[in-house]
Amino acid sequence: MSNSELFTSSIAKKYVMALTGLFLISFLVIHCTINALIFVNDSGETFNAAAHFMSHNIVVRILEVGLFFGLVLHMVQSLILTVANKKARPVQYAVVPGNSSSKWYSRSMGILGSLLLLFLVVHMANFWVPTKQAVFAGEEHNTFEAMKVVFAEWYFVLIYMVGVGSLAYHLMHGFQSAFQTLGINHKKYTPMIKAIGFWFSILVPAIFAAMPIAMHLGLIK
Amino acid sequence: MSGNMNLTLKVWRQKNAEKKGELVTYPVSNISPDMSFLEMFDVLNEQLITENKEPVAFDHDCREGICGMCSMHINGRAHGPKDAVTTCQLHMRSFSDGDTIVVEPWRAAAFPVIKDLVVDRSAFDRIISKGGYISVNTGNAQDANNLPIPKIDADKSFEAAACIGCGACVATCKNGSAMLFVSAKVSQLALLPQGQAEAKQRVISMVNQMDEEGFGSCTNTGACEVECPKGISLENIARLNREFTLASILEEK
Amino acid sequence: MSKIDSKIPDGVLDQKWSKFKSSIPLVNPANKRSLEIIVVGSGLAGSSAAATLAEMGYKVKVFCFQDSPRRAHSIAAQGGINAAKNYQNDGDSVHRLFYDTIKGGDYRAREANVHRLAEVSGSIIDQCVAQGVPLAREYGGMLSNRSFGGTQVQRTFYAAGQTGQQLLLGAYSGLQRQVGLGTVEMFSRHEMLEVVTIDGKARGIIARNLITGKLERHFGHAVLLCTGGYGNVFYLSTNAMGSNVTAAWKAHKKGAFFGNPCYTQIHPTCIPVSGDHQSKLTLMSESLRNDGRIWVPKKMEDVTAIREGKKKAVDIAEDDRDYYLERRYPAFGNLVPRDVASRAAKERCDAGFGINKTGEAVYLDFASNMKYKYGKQEALVKGIQNPTEEQLHALGKEVVKEKYGNLFDMYKQITGEDPYEMPMMIYPAVHYTMGGIWVDYNLMTTVPGLYALGEANFSDHGANRLGASALMQGLADGYFVIPYTIGAYLSNEIRTKAIPTSHEAFDVAEKEVQQRIDKFFAIKGTKSVDFFHKKLGKIMWDKCGMARNDAGLKKAIEDIRQLQKDFWNDVRVPGEANEFNPELEKAGRVADFIELGELMCIDALNRVESCGGHFREESAEVGGDQDGEAKRNDNDFMYVAAWEYKAPNTFELHKEELKYEVIKISQRSYK
Repeated sequence: MSNSELFTSSIAKKYVMALTGLFLISFLVIHCTINALIFVNDSGETFNAAAHFMSHNIVVRILEVGLFFGLVLHMVQSLILTVANKKARPVQYAVVPGNSSSKWYSRSMGILGSLLLLFLVVHMANFWVPTKQAVFAGEEHNTFEAMKVVFAEWYFVLIYMVGVGSLAYHLMHGFQSAFQTLGINHKKYTPMIKAIGFWFSILVPAIFAAMPIAMHLGLIK
Repeated sequence: MSGNMNLTLKVWRQKNAEKKGELVTYPVSNISPDMSFLEMFDVLNEQLITENKEPVAFDHDCREGICGMCSMHINGRAHGPKDAVTTCQLHMRSFSDGDTIVVEPWRAAAFPVIKDLVVDRSAFDRIISKGGYISVNTGNAQDANNLPIPKIDADKSFEAAACIGCGACVATCKNGSAMLFVSAKVSQLALLPQGQAEAKQRVISMVNQMDEEGFGSCTNTGACEVECPKGISLENIARLNREFTLASILEEK
Repeated sequence: MSKIDSKIPDGVLDQKWSKFKSSIPLVNPANKRSLEIIVVGSGLAGSSAAATLAEMGYKVKVFCFQDSPRRAHSIAAQGGINAAKNYQNDGDSVHRLFYDTIKGGDYRAREANVHRLAEVSGSIIDQCVAQGVPLAREYGGMLSNRSFGGTQVQRTFYAAGQTGQQLLLGAYSGLQRQVGLGTVEMFSRHEMLEVVTIDGKARGIIARNLITGKLERHFGHAVLLCTGGYGNVFYLSTNAMGSNVTAAWKAHKKGAFFGNPCYTQIHPTCIPVSGDHQSKLTLMSESLRNDGRIWVPKKMEDVTAIREGKKKAVDIAEDDRDYYLERRYPAFGNLVPRDVASRAAKERCDAGFGINKTGEAVYLDFASNMKYKYGKQEALVKGIQNPTEEQLHALGKEVVKEKYGNLFDMYKQITGEDPYEMPMMIYPAVHYTMGGIWVDYNLMTTVPGLYALGEANFSDHGANRLGASALMQGLADGYFVIPYTIGAYLSNEIRTKAIPTSHEAFDVAEKEVQQRIDKFFAIKGTKSVDFFHKKLGKIMWDKCGMARNDAGLKKAIEDIRQLQKDFWNDVRVPGEANEFNPELEKAGRVADFIELGELMCIDALNRVESCGGHFREESAEVGGDQDGEAKRNDNDFMYVAAWEYKAPNTFELHKEELKYEVIKISQRSYK
């Protein structure tokens, strides 16, 4: 026996999924909080200040690298697991269980994750890339104005809705699942974790969804 | 008799592990609602024998829900439409006249089909032989009451030990994962003081064997808990995760 | 000079085992490694024996027909396991357990064997706890006990209603540990079809690989049969579908005598037959009789109304109910032993008072205890003044649920009726066979090197087994008896090299098996195996069941011989020999059951007395307060009937006299 099972066993792989997942969730909290600053409705002044801080602070820059690393690990590991899991059932059932014994979104994490990834590509092209270009060029990027431009288009709003919808269901399973994988399942605390996970999965995506809609409808000026 | 049913069965027929299989349709009539699902299969087989055809092979033994031998995937669900029962305890009153019922074997790479609805579950035995025990030779034991065990722990250990090893967890899991089975045995022993001496070794070698057998990994969909005829809880999987991680971090080898 | 020698050691009863144990020849560790032992069957007896022998250093091969050793039918035992621990401080002792077992067996068991069983009973509990069997506990962390089977002490250890499961999984884990260590080779989905004897000694078996159909030869210096009972000769029983007599019967035909084949235990509380489709019967634990009252209506018109669905049990007034056990046995009431309760149910149903369509069911009613015992108690605890009937019912229901919830659920699942609202319907069913392969004190059969353990042997329960004693016996034989006693034989075998399976004795045995398989396929008849099995079951149940008589048994023997002819002329075994073929397996088993059925009837016919589970109508008390009760005949029948197979349909009786040196023999009375 070697120490390899610490990294290679199926359970270790799940640990990586759970830890990176929780890390990404913590990022969502920050992202969501800063974005919510647009609702101050001061033509993006507060929001832009926060965005400036996020794109120039050295600690945040380092964390950003970690975030990318976490995201990539989360994706790669999920791919490896999915391939292995598919191999575990080479012949499919003629009749599948459906929703009688589990929730559809708990079985669709791969698809939900893939949708999220596609959304991320669009999202980063919209905001992250221009911000970076500006930072490298030494210019100031007005993210608030950029949002106005992007969300003026209905199809972008639609893409964002699909994105946050996927996020909501991905979180709905992922949040509590991460704790279960980490071995935290307790009669007293698990109902609490599940409740927090449920509301988190609704609130955060709802706040994200509110921005494009509000901007598209011109509620935020 | 009144209340009896006519049904259409679609049953997986496969001559042996090498041959390809297919779903074959059989009508059965005059099925009493008081029959168990397996007794309905007895009727089908009696009919097939009379027609000089080969009866359907299926695993079964105690027919009272405890041996864990019966193993049918019925209309997309392990052990059929009712929660928390084995196929032998599923009665025909759960179906209605005119129903079409699709019956398939457990599907998993680690459970290859032997014939028709019979699969090979010896992977479970191999996992147990890697550590699902306490190493105590006969004659070594101290007096049973020298080791008080809190009732709560004993009860929890018992609940985990109630696993009948039928494999419904694997059959229903979209990943063909055996985590519920393995976690039940690990939990049973981890909850008892007698099990502590070998706890680390046990969980590591059992999980290694589980991976080696080709079972998938757990994605916490919870389907296994719903289909388990003995109601083994997901808490056990969390305990397994915990035990495994601590063990693989702390183990010196 | 008798052909049988029970080899009971000399000396005072309570020192026989300890003295004998320390004088059995030993086999040194180096020699153990070259001695091979075959264990057939993986239930409590088989798994525990195999694990222990492997721990000691022997090379062990284990065979079972199921897909895993964990599925053996020991798993289905519900109630518990007895042990003389006296943890409850209620005066239990080895002697009391010994005495209760002998008395419960209606004075037809060997004193020395039963005493040994009682002596080792405590160690079984120690061993099981050490290996992680989660037996029920009290809040202080100590083991819990319950009372069982009408004994006056609490000595039954249990794990909810799944004691057999937990004990078997314990033994199985010990077995799998040895498999993992490479000391046991496991052959699941293998069925033993012949014993191979060389120079009169058992030297191996022929087994069929049930997946490939291939016949395999296996050598062993000794062969242990741990193959359970033969209750399935009745077709309907509480046994698993696969439980069979084949291994024991093959051994019998190779020279092992069969002891007391007619002793069958009919369990009083099983779910009644619901129709022709019935494939097995389900037991409802004996513990239910602690709180359930058994009754049938007094008036025939009520019976008719219930059968026609015009009335329900609850509609029958209290005065119109016949609580027949309480009426006939005021001292023990509903808690009389199994054989007595079963016969009383049969008596009422034969008189026409059975309350379901088949006329073979009686009520087991929890309503009055639920309301007036537990309901009132709870009302007092909760301080409810003048509770209504509904309140009492609801309060009592919670208590009953806590005690018997899983059994009530199981009943509901099978029958579709809610036993909290309606009384259960129950009827006796075949449950256990006290008879089996005759063995001496060392558990060796009349074939040297061939042993029988657990339910497969006849040894410890006499004519009737007490509740929670089967698990005790299986594990005693496997963990604490055979590991010692086998030394007496194997210490003389250390010079015997492993015999190659190319030996002609293996050739002959395999050929016999092959010919028989070929014969099955050659018949190409018109009836399924089950058809004959059901017929056999009906003959046995009607004429060699709860009550037996001379004429009936003679007719049964005639009928069985006819059935045997029909079977061999008209059975249809589909498929092929070299594949997974459950019908072929069943055919072999039923063919053996038919032969066994005849022997059971012959034995029952020979024993013109009533004892324990064997009730001969000719031998009943007449007049007085014991009128109609079973009557033993100690003068003529205080012996073990050990039958020798001579030729087809021909058996010779050998008698092993039973000597009671310690126990004072008396009549069992429960009035």
